[in-house]
Amino acid sequence: MKNSNLGAWLAVILGALYFLMPLVATFEFSLRLKRDEYSFEAYRIVLSDPVFQSAFTYSLVLAIVTIVIGILIVVPTAYWVQLRLPKLRPVVEFITLLPLVIPAIIIVFGYIRMYNTSSFLPLTQTVLGTDILLSFGYVALSLPYMYRAVETGMRSIDVGTLTEAAESLGAKWPTILLSVILPNIRSAILSGAFLTFATVIGEFTFASLLNRPTFGPYLQLIGAKRAYEPAALAIIAFVITWACMGLLQVAGGAARHANGAKK
Amino acid sequence: MVTTRKSHFAKGRLVDRNLAAWLGVAPFFIFAAMFLILPTCLLLAGAFQDDHGQLTLQNIANLARPDIIKSFALSLKISATSALVGALFGFVLAYAAVNGGVPSWIRPTLMTFSGVASNFAGVPLAFAFIATLGRTGLVTAALNKIFDFNIYNAGFNLLDFWGLTLTYLYFQIPLMVLILTPAIDGLKKEWREASLTLGSSAIQHWRYVILPILWPSIAGSFLLLFANAFGAVATAYALTNSSLNIVPILLFSQIRGDVLHDPNLGYALAFGMVAITGISNLLYIVLRSRSERWIK
Repeated sequence: MKNSNLGAWLAVILGALYFLMPLVATFEFSLRLKRDEYSFEAYRIVLSDPVFQSAFTYSLVLAIVTIVIGILIVVPTAYWVQLRLPKLRPVVEFITLLPLVIPAIIIVFGYIRMYNTSSFLPLTQTVLGTDILLSFGYVALSLPYMYRAVETGMRSIDVGTLTEAAESLGAKWPTILLSVILPNIRSAILSGAFLTFATVIGEFTFASLLNRPTFGPYLQLIGAKRAYEPAALAIIAFVITWACMGLLQVAGGAARHANGAKK
Repeated sequence: MVTTRKSHFAKGRLVDRNLAAWLGVAPFFIFAAMFLILPTCLLLAGAFQDDHGQLTLQNIANLARPDIIKSFALSLKISATSALVGALFGFVLAYAAVNGGVPSWIRPTLMTFSGVASNFAGVPLAFAFIATLGRTGLVTAALNKIFDFNIYNAGFNLLDFWGLTLTYLYFQIPLMVLILTPAIDGLKKEWREASLTLGSSAIQHWRYVILPILWPSIAGSFLLLFANAFGAVATAYALTNSSLNIVPILLFSQIRGDVLHDPNLGYALAFGMVAITGISNLLYIVLRSRSERWIK
């Protein structure tokens, strides 16, 4: 027994070293811009760079658009599958898992072939068209997370009874979805939204190959040109990811709480 | 008379409701067709067409070019190594946190951290490893200063096979921890007690109880990790700036500017990638259904 304890400790310490070392090193590196002292100069330079600001804002807007489109597509689908079309469940589930099977670079390569300037729907011809393509692409990339989150939320409430109750009060299905189902799965939707945000905000492959100036390609560009700023950006990106996962846990905790209260 | 009319009415409403349901899921299927299925199918179809759109297997045969074979071999090596080490160490770490008798705060900390680290891939991860193990990285400098040991003189290079593998492990290990912890939770205390009562040693308990139950989960997770690494672009691109010719990087350059000088060969390359990630995911599904027999 003592032996297995020792092994477990060894694994945990080794893991902690491997995972914390890069964070410490990156943070230390990001403070080294001024020659003789530690300073937050690299952060100041990055945050006041107008290109950073525009790239980050652009990714922020893209993430929000992606989340809204994702909710609009996923929530009705999960609702109807749960309520009336349970036979479709395996098909829908299979499709939502496809983005984990097909690498992102393949999907975007397909877009470039399908929506090029000489195709039937030349989305890549205009900036707006490319932005639309990029948003839908991000919806596709985040589909596994969004669908699973919403589906779990949908399973934890009694969709059938809620729908019947609303119908008997004369509600039509848009009202049912919007004011009965949606509020009941709010925390599940939030979970999906935070995971989507974490996926989209620093995404590189799609944005780079569709030539859009988002945060991901900006990061890569700075990495090729500068020494200390990339480290500062890595720390910023890590904090954003951490914040998303923290909020995810808060949302998950709220969901468990609501379920507990219901029972 | 009355009943017929009533059932007619009910039938009409049922059709109505089903219509509403089908209309409700229609946007999803249109979306999936337009932005997931058709683009991929169209791309893969290109792998079997020549310049004039005629059916051919020549593109697939052309994949046997030495430079392409070399990048597939390198990709397979990096993905397999990072998946293998990631799966083994992730398993050990998850098992230690669940059953290892360490303080109880370690488990939730590990799980939260794994959630963050498995999402912390791509360009920022490359930056972090450059700051750690690059030529002027903190760990490189510390080893040099304290032990007078220069890892770069000893043959290590962050932009090489081992460097990329070590970087990939930063998201592979946490992913393994997240996938495998539920399976480890499914190991029942009674099984351990039963083995003890029957007089088995710790090694026998592992050999005849734990591993036979967990191996489909471990092998399945390995395949998932493998596919995960095989399709990754951003980390490798930001780290090596396309100097390391793994398949996704080669494909990236091909999309950017037809470096293979043959668009159809690019489609064939894409087909090769999908074939590999597809097969490993398929095997994963098979193994998962096996592991679900024990873990409920």
